[in-house]
Amino acid sequence: MTSIKKWWPTPVRSLFLFLVWILLNNSVEFFHLFFGLVLAWLIPQLIYKFRLVQPGMKNPTAAIRYGLMVLWDIVVANLQVVKLVLGPNKRLRPAFIKVPLDLTDNLSITILASTVSLTPGTVSAEVLPLNASKDEQRFLLVHVLDLADEAELIRQVKQRYEAPLKEIF
Amino acid sequence: MSWLEWLVAVLVVAGSLFVLLGSVALVKLPDFYTRLHGPTKATTLGLGAIVIASMVYFNFIKEELSLQQLLIALFLFITAPITAHMLVKAALHLKLKTAEHTSGKQNADL
Repeated sequence: MTSIKKWWPTPVRSLFLFLVWILLNNSVEFFHLFFGLVLAWLIPQLIYKFRLVQPGMKNPTAAIRYGLMVLWDIVVANLQVVKLVLGPNKRLRPAFIKVPLDLTDNLSITILASTVSLTPGTVSAEVLPLNASKDEQRFLLVHVLDLADEAELIRQVKQRYEAPLKEIF
Repeated sequence: MSWLEWLVAVLVVAGSLFVLLGSVALVKLPDFYTRLHGPTKATTLGLGAIVIASMVYFNFIKEELSLQQLLIALFLFITAPITAHMLVKAALHLKLKTAEHTSGKQNADL
């Protein structure tokens, strides 16, 4: 066990590097497989001491379901944004809103912020307050392209994106 | 043309259309913050469609295994929101002007 830990300190990352290398070369020739293996071993050896430990996934199926839902929402959001872009500028109701966060760790907040940026007419701008202490309530500052109902949008973000993320991590 | 070729054609045209509309948004929308919505969304879907078209073309029409395109999609989905985030952060820091009827400016300290 200890020797495995020593040689492969971050096995998931090694696997990921290996797969990315194979995909980059788009080939499964022996040379590429071998060199991929070397890189997957060498890079984590060099960098694992710098890494910030992230929480593991509690619920991988929920993560896959979340990913698929986000993909679908990206398609829907795109069509909405295209419609807004083609309409007259005067009809837009741009706004900044603050969404209170229940999530506390950085990784899940990052994922939530990215999801919000990719989906429904919103771009996440900032996590407030800037230098929050550990127990302080944090907010996600979101810029909305066309805001109809603030409370409804906050509810949607919390229910549709934040709740499943709480399940995953 | 086989139906696969039709599929590729439709995906490429739809994808280009979305990328174009994303760029139109960059020109047309009233302020920096609203303009950001174009490249984060329309462009993602547009490039996604082109990536799928490319995968269909190489895997099923040329019949050679090619999954490289997945990487393009992956990195795009990771980087697009982060770029947008950094741009908004910079804009907020510089207190760039917003469109007049933007509500909730006090939230952003503008």
